[in-house]
Amino acid sequence: MTKPAVVVLDYGSGNIRSAQRALERAGAEVTVSSDLKVCANAAGLVVPGVGAFDHCVAAVKKLKADVMIERRLIAQQAVLGICVGMQMMFSQGVEGAVESDGLGQWDGVVTRLNATKLPHMGWNTVEAPGGSKLFEKLNGANFYFVHSYAATAIKTDLSNPIKPPIVSLTNYQGRFISAIENGPLSAVQFHPEKSGDAGIGLLQNWIGQL
Amino acid sequence: MTLSSRLIACLDVADGRVVKGINFKNLQDAGDPVMLAKKYNQEGIDELVFLDISASTENRNPIFDVIERTADEVFIPLTVGGGVSSVNHVDQLLRAGADKISINTAAIKNPNLIAEIGDRFGAQVIVLSIDTKRSANCKSGFELTTHGGKNSTAIDLLDWVSQSTKMGIGEILLNSIDFDGTKKGFDLELIKLVTQVCDSPVIASGGAGEVNDFPAAISAGADAVLAASIFHFNEVTINEAKKAMSAVTSIRF
Repeated sequence: MTKPAVVVLDYGSGNIRSAQRALERAGAEVTVSSDLKVCANAAGLVVPGVGAFDHCVAAVKKLKADVMIERRLIAQQAVLGICVGMQMMFSQGVEGAVESDGLGQWDGVVTRLNATKLPHMGWNTVEAPGGSKLFEKLNGANFYFVHSYAATAIKTDLSNPIKPPIVSLTNYQGRFISAIENGPLSAVQFHPEKSGDAGIGLLQNWIGQL
Repeated sequence: MTLSSRLIACLDVADGRVVKGINFKNLQDAGDPVMLAKKYNQEGIDELVFLDISASTENRNPIFDVIERTADEVFIPLTVGGGVSSVNHVDQLLRAGADKISINTAAIKNPNLIAEIGDRFGAQVIVLSIDTKRSANCKSGFELTTHGGKNSTAIDLLDWVSQSTKMGIGEILLNSIDFDGTKKGFDLELIKLVTQVCDSPVIASGGAGEVNDFPAAISAGADAVLAASIFHFNEVTINEAKKAMSAVTSIRF
């Protein structure tokens, strides 16, 4: 059996080598690339991200990778956002006094977590609803988080005939959205590439759908 | 469920080998770092810290090879420290596969380094390593030291905690020079003092001697606990430490 071809989008952010190694361990043929044609042709595209929301969005837009991502999603080709790669899929991010636009795939705002100690750093669990494919056989597993910002709500249009997203939550002095599965677009707030066996299992679940 | 308290193993690495001594003296060989990293990962360690105590910090230093080989096989967070003194050095370590870097003396000499690293890579990569010991000359009762506790700085510990966290760091690695290597337990007075005023996560380090020392440090306020020789010499296993911690906090098994 040939391994599914996965490309990790290289736009100058994220622990790309770790993501590459973990995806390989999970059974994918992995390329790291900033070439939009290479990204467009992959069976699955991973969008990593660390650091500031506005910097990551600006870097993705500078590459015109936002257009490539949009085209992939319209064509029902899988995209997985990780950490800030998830956050940027929302319509807006607020860091300090800076409000900036995201890629707008989901209607929601990424804000600073309301917690006494930040960043939210370490291993935490995810409450995934029934029907989640990403968390299949990973009930109760711990994943590694490092972030101070997250979305806590996503607006869904109930009149829309397209299936609503599957939203998973994590508790850190209040609940925030830790994963979304929405047709071809999936995203996780934690780092599956740093989450040991559970993280590899989640990546296998994603790769298995390609 | 909520955030788990973390158990971290520290590997002091000199010229590609794990070593352990008391207060950085009388170093004993404790094995191959990559083998140990894999073993601890299998046993359920939450994170690993490599502290490079080699004399050289150049690119050909064996620590880079150790990080690369570990990151190829161990999919948990890796922190690397020891002589980190520039943005360029941080860049090299992150490219080799480190997720976080710990800085100590260089940040005291040049606090702007914290902001420079944070601007480039995000504050979450910075583990601010603090070596501190009791001192009557400081208001908080604790003084900042460098070079493994040998050199005094006359800087009050709490002033440094306040200054550095304002600049933006991921977390603090709080090492008690008074307790390091003594095996009499973590420095609970120190842990309480810092965690009461600090809004960044704090890793307690120095003094682990038996399994009940780990939950005691968590109860004192630590977000994570770090130990080295007690694991290297099989005095306490990762699982025993986690079981003991699970009596007072949530733990990842």
